[in-house]
Amino acid sequence: MLLIPCPHCGNRPELEFRYAGEAHIARPADPSSTSDQEWAEYLYFRSNPKGLHIERWRHVSGCARFFNCVRDTVSDRILKTYPAGQPKPDLEALVKEAGQ
Amino acid sequence: MRFSFLNLAKQALSAHRHWPEQWRFPEPKAEYDAIIIGAGGHGLGTAYYLAKEHGLTNIAVLEKGWLGGGNTGRNTTIIRSNYLWEESQGLYEHSVKLWENLSAELNYNVMYSPRGVMMLAHTVHDIQVFKRHVHANRLQGIDNEWLTPEQAKEFCPILNISPNMRYPILGAALQRRGGTARHDAVAWGYARAASAMGVDIIQNCEVKGIRRDPQGAVTGVETTKGFIGTKKIGVVAAGHTSVVMSMADVRMPLESYPLQALVSEPIKPIMPCVVMSNTIHAYMSQSDKGELVIGAGTDAYTSYSQTGGLHITTHTLDAICELFPNVRRLRMLRNWGGIVDVTPDRSPILSKTPVKGLYVNCGWGTGGFKATPGSANVFAHTIAKDEPHPINAAFTIDRFKTGRLIDEAAAAAVAH
Repeated sequence: MLLIPCPHCGNRPELEFRYAGEAHIARPADPSSTSDQEWAEYLYFRSNPKGLHIERWRHVSGCARFFNCVRDTVSDRILKTYPAGQPKPDLEALVKEAGQ
Repeated sequence: MRFSFLNLAKQALSAHRHWPEQWRFPEPKAEYDAIIIGAGGHGLGTAYYLAKEHGLTNIAVLEKGWLGGGNTGRNTTIIRSNYLWEESQGLYEHSVKLWENLSAELNYNVMYSPRGVMMLAHTVHDIQVFKRHVHANRLQGIDNEWLTPEQAKEFCPILNISPNMRYPILGAALQRRGGTARHDAVAWGYARAASAMGVDIIQNCEVKGIRRDPQGAVTGVETTKGFIGTKKIGVVAAGHTSVVMSMADVRMPLESYPLQALVSEPIKPIMPCVVMSNTIHAYMSQSDKGELVIGAGTDAYTSYSQTGGLHITTHTLDAICELFPNVRRLRMLRNWGGIVDVTPDRSPILSKTPVKGLYVNCGWGTGGFKATPGSANVFAHTIAKDEPHPINAAFTIDRFKTGRLIDEAAAAAVAH
């Protein structure tokens, strides 16, 4: 079970959270001019990396807020969590930091 | 060498010390007519049908580890075809029909055992969904029948049908032709038969890149054993499909999750069938060695860790203990995880891709074993003819663009 550092509540067990998929996928700004391919990309196509993954979690049994999380999908180690709305972190810098 | 009574008797004279190796261990050639990436059941089966039905014998199957060492060796071996949508029924029923004759065809005992798969209903919603499945299946000529709780207990006597359960059993859908097979034997049988027809199975050979010409068509693969040329590549890499496809710059509608299973210590036969409960997440059958084989759910998050959280298996064992109270004191021998690639509609992709010469067979999610022969058979057709077989024509990548999903996710009506 993961120990997830909620940016608002601190370390909590995974059972308090709900996973909510890959982060930083923006809904098309102008739906009526969006092509089928672009809708498919938005709805269904995911990067699914073997390595660092930026994902959304929701602390349903705590503060109930969404936040983003950078996790290594090979080791399941969490490198960083940050409130929703903040920009993507620099992954290379994070890896360097974690290596220290 | 064929397995036959005569050969068995001959080998017995020398105490079975001189059986030949079941498949060759070749070094890769410079070029092949087609390359399959991934030597699990689906990949080896694809090579077998390419050689047998389409005359393509100058082909190779590349495997990062050892053959059958991925999800083929990690699953709970359930076989059934009681799916809701016609497309799925066509594909899985094609597979069940091939299972029925597979041991004879491969001259290798895959231990297919149609002992019946019983799916339990615990809520009114379950009853409605399963009855709908029963009717949909029977319209397609696929056997599936509705049982009362008493009939379910008669079919599987260790089942607890007490009304005092947290989620009492209200009925069950039974597919009598469903059952199990020996997972390793399926990979070994296909490997042996394919190798005998000239297919090179190259183990410990990881694909590192896919090389393409200026027009975009594939020209070969970079591997840990050097470059191997080919015009056709079939990717059958299960949980690692997104990783392999990214080598050709193709994004996939897939996410990879750990799925766990566990087995108990071996005991005498107590379980005559497979019992599944989607609603409370428990799947159990008994292997011929006597171990109870139990399937758990997937973890909540994507991962390639091949482990999975302990609370997932604990949750499943809660359900198992409730359904089968007399196994409560059994110890579990082993638990393990595999990485399954899940599509948004929970149906597989057997398809051409935007890249010329690149084909993909993936997205089997939590239930690919049952489809091994059928999937391999129609995927071989897709690669050989450069167009899908009618059975897999609907299972394209394009369906996520056109919206013609094959929504078994909604049909199964469970939180996957």
